[in-house]
Amino acid sequence: MARATDASAGEENVTRRRLFSFIGWGSFATFFGGITIASLRFFFPRILYEPLQEFVAGRPDDYQIGEVSTRMLKEQRVWVVRNEQGIYTLVAICTHLGCTPIWHPSEDRIKCPCHGSNFLRDGQNVAGPAPSPLYRAAISLDFAGNIIVDKGRKENLQGKRDQPPFFLPLKA
Amino acid sequence: MANLSLKTLQDAVVESQIWKSIFRHGYAMNRRNRLLAITNNVFYHILPTKITKYGMRMRFHWGAGIMTFYLFMVLTFTGVLLMFYYVPTVPRAYYDMKDLQNVVPFGNILRNMHRYAAHAMVFMVMVHMARTFYTASYKPPREFNWVVGVILLKLTFLLSFSGYLLPWDQLAIWAVTVGTNMARATPLLGYEGPFSNLIGMKINNDIRFALLGGTTVGSATLLRFYVLHCIAFPIALTALLAVHFWRVRRDGYSGDVPIKG
Repeated sequence: MARATDASAGEENVTRRRLFSFIGWGSFATFFGGITIASLRFFFPRILYEPLQEFVAGRPDDYQIGEVSTRMLKEQRVWVVRNEQGIYTLVAICTHLGCTPIWHPSEDRIKCPCHGSNFLRDGQNVAGPAPSPLYRAAISLDFAGNIIVDKGRKENLQGKRDQPPFFLPLKA
Repeated sequence: MANLSLKTLQDAVVESQIWKSIFRHGYAMNRRNRLLAITNNVFYHILPTKITKYGMRMRFHWGAGIMTFYLFMVLTFTGVLLMFYYVPTVPRAYYDMKDLQNVVPFGNILRNMHRYAAHAMVFMVMVHMARTFYTASYKPPREFNWVVGVILLKLTFLLSFSGYLLPWDQLAIWAVTVGTNMARATPLLGYEGPFSNLIGMKINNDIRFALLGGTTVGSATLLRFYVLHCIAFPIALTALLAVHFWRVRRDGYSGDVPIKG
């Protein structure tokens, strides 16, 4: 405290300069900081013009029991599979790095051309680098009896994927 | 007390090897240092002070770096010409590329020059880095320039990757699908990467989304990659190239010391 007068005198001499310096650099920082944050936010649009995730996949009668149907593959990138119990879909996006696998009926396998992952017809990954089974999209019937598939809701866990809404039970 | 510790911290930073490798002299504002600040700054003084004949031996430096630079100039020139015909939209991109190959006068040779020079540039960057590594030219005082070189390598890869999407054929779309799916697993920034759930990363706000402009490779991706390929990456590369060249000349050629025996 012995130097209190010195310190206060010294501070008083630079008070105005420090204030202007603070305002000046503060304005710079605010301006360029704001531009930086706004520019980063700019790259995340609020609205996407991507295709609707929900589509009509015909009627249950269009699919034979034991069939892995490719009729929706080109437009919607899903296989529709019917078995004794009902219908489910497989999303044709490899769980490795997102290529479109190919259904080989003669081998009863789904194989990815990019890195060689293999899947069974229930979506289970059995060979190659794919870390998890193929996803199943939510599937339901509307009042007119059409199959509605929603690719926005997906599941690939055993147990969950065999239950509605990812499996559509049908009487054979 | 607060000032004292801040000063200690500042000294620790300014005295560190990393800092000294980037900024060569201290703060003392005397006439000599002010002159050095000018002659040592790439934006004020791009010319070298001296090079010895030993540093100029072809068998030592292979000319790989300057060849990479020539390829970059070829790519800039042909790339600007290609921009006159190529429109980065989904309906047109592939057919504009086909028009360049089959309809536009000299279009095919320009496109091929751009494509093969791009492959060659990636290759020459690696040759250049291998030579730098095997002649130990990355060692002090050139360690900072090695760091600049590594960033230039990354920018070359990014240019190559972003240009790969532009023909908009099957190869392009699937290569970029695969490449950007890897970005999903980026630590913190990708929505499937480690620790990313801690900062709330989802499919529609992570680094992959920013790259793609959506959740799948689509028209927004094509436009983003086009702008990055033609504007952002070349400007960043050019700026770092200037620093890179200047550091090569300022630090002296690593072959300047004659090898005895």
